[in-house]
Amino acid sequence: MKKNRWLFAFVLVLILLPLWWARGSEFGGTDDQAERAIQTLAPHYRPWFESIFTPPGGEVETLLFSLQAALGAGVIGYVIGLYKGRSERKNGHDSRV
Amino acid sequence: MRTRRWLAIAALLAGYFFVTNEQEAYAMHIMEGFLPAKWALFWWGLFLPFFLVGLRRLVRTLKEHPEQKLLMALAGAFTFVLSALKIPSVTGSSSHPTGIGFGAALFGPWVMVVIGTMVLLFQALLLAHGGLTTLGANALSMAVVGPLVAFTVYQLHRRRFVSQRMALFLAACLSDLATYVTTSVQLALAFPAPEGGVLASFLKFAGIFAITQVPLAVTEGILTVMVWNWLASYQASPLFQREKGA
Repeated sequence: MKKNRWLFAFVLVLILLPLWWARGSEFGGTDDQAERAIQTLAPHYRPWFESIFTPPGGEVETLLFSLQAALGAGVIGYVIGLYKGRSERKNGHDSRV
Repeated sequence: MRTRRWLAIAALLAGYFFVTNEQEAYAMHIMEGFLPAKWALFWWGLFLPFFLVGLRRLVRTLKEHPEQKLLMALAGAFTFVLSALKIPSVTGSSSHPTGIGFGAALFGPWVMVVIGTMVLLFQALLLAHGGLTTLGANALSMAVVGPLVAFTVYQLHRRRFVSQRMALFLAACLSDLATYVTTSVQLALAFPAPEGGVLASFLKFAGIFAITQVPLAVTEGILTVMVWNWLASYQASPLFQREKGA
């Protein structure tokens, strides 16, 4: 999968370039900024519902986010690996393929 | 030919980096409680029929093609991972891709309505990211508009306008952008600017955060093509063989 190697390099550039391009920024989440934007457009608006559960602190939030990514990545790896194994087994019988 | 196409994309992107500068960007998903009750209800009402149809289609697909379960898990996991990646953008803030386009291209839009909604629900319940009152609105933008756009764009390939991988790239890219444009419409309707009303408010939301989202949409497009390449090289499913035969 030589093609994928180039694609991956391009993705890396896309992710790393902003770190250099907008250095000095905090790269905070856009949703926090949305909150602020709403408060300038409608200063009297008060949120009328609270999240049922809020992660206690940034560390726990990071944990949950990485858990989400890890679980997903695990499934992706498993499925692709399974397909790889199957195709290798199938091709194994006929080594010319 | 293919190299030239990617070069063109790179050039476009380079141009993009030069015209943007640091600005504030808005909205991943609308926060809990940040839509007035009547709008929250309105979007829930609009979203629910799509969800019910999606659920029926999902159950039917699984019954008729149980062998697609694996691929469906993959599509779900892809959305799950991508929406956990808060990627820095040139605007100096972060946002995340949606990962919806991949599944919508594989299975059509309906399955992704359910999968996308489940991801949003997970984030709303456990991460306080998005919310239950705003779930209708968020699901409509990410799990309804996103898949519909992706599926429509992917059809370009069926009509032989572009290659399959290009169609996939565009589908993922544009569905990502469409999601965030929809979010800004929703915010603009709920919070019209004192001067200029909904339109001014929309331009403010969309103009600014579309810029944050563009590189992330491109990233999503490329990641989608990468996963597709892997699967295709292992001829992972009947779906791919069908595509080849077509």
